[in-house]
Amino acid sequence: MALQDKYKELLDTAKTIGIANLQVREQDNVLYIDGEAPDGAAKDQLWNSYAKLDPDFRAGDVVMNVNVSPAVPGSKATVSTDSSNLNIRKGPGTDQPIVGKAAHNATVVLVSKTNDQWWLIRTDKGEEGYAYAQYLSPQS
Amino acid sequence: MKKTTRCLLTAVMICIASSILFFSCGNKDASILAAIDSKKKDMKEMSGITASVDKGVVTLSGEYANADSKSMCEQSVKGIPGVKQVVDNCTVAPPPPPPSAPVVIAADDPLTKDVADAIKDYPGVSATVKDGEVTLNGDIKRASLQKLMMSLHTLKPKRINNQLTIK
Repeated sequence: MALQDKYKELLDTAKTIGIANLQVREQDNVLYIDGEAPDGAAKDQLWNSYAKLDPDFRAGDVVMNVNVSPAVPGSKATVSTDSSNLNIRKGPGTDQPIVGKAAHNATVVLVSKTNDQWWLIRTDKGEEGYAYAQYLSPQS
Repeated sequence: MKKTTRCLLTAVMICIASSILFFSCGNKDASILAAIDSKKKDMKEMSGITASVDKGVVTLSGEYANADSKSMCEQSVKGIPGVKQVVDNCTVAPPPPPPSAPVVIAADDPLTKDVADAIKDYPGVSATVKDGEVTLNGDIKRASLQKLMMSLHTLKPKRINNQLTIK
């Protein structure tokens, strides 16, 4: 329970912002937090709370697997890269050939959420393929 | 004199009648209580429940394990001869929380691939994966650190050892 005390503020934040299916377990001196955030802002808030307690993420005693709730297929997302284009690949993985690119800040259609890392998208030009989910912000 | 005797006689008779009534009531309550006690031995749903009886009115207090136990016990007590009413002041215990799902740790092969995907856009960062533990080396800008961590944490690692130099 020691870790749950150490990260009490983080766990309280998780409850306050309404993380769905929240699971908190302590195992081998690591605190595992799983759940689904209602939106990207809630996930950021949770991470900011974590960063406050462990600013350099050095302790290595938390694994926080919290994803944003799966977007409804057909909904839209903004390409949220820093500045570059987002690669669209044939399959989910960076070892897959690039089949197209989506421009920074462009809007794409979410076809399906293949897994937490890779989403199948379609651009305005009709290019379809897998893009890294971290660079996609679902539009509400 | 005759009048006094009759008065006395009436008083005695009332006394006897009321005491019979009183005792019979008391007897009934006692037998109800005994019946409840014997039910308690047979029904595990009734363990933890205490009962009191007053003139055929049974008052139950304590805590049931669940709502089914509550209706079962009430029906059972109502069925005892002589019970006029059951006042159930018991609470029902809240359902136990769902068992927590076990922690899922990714196997090294898919984890290595996923980690490689995640650090691809962070030049200067290298990672090794062993027994589910991800060890990060190299250097990173502070502004990028949280973003990288956010993607690594969703890959189901056992733990993340951050040995990055933060610039």
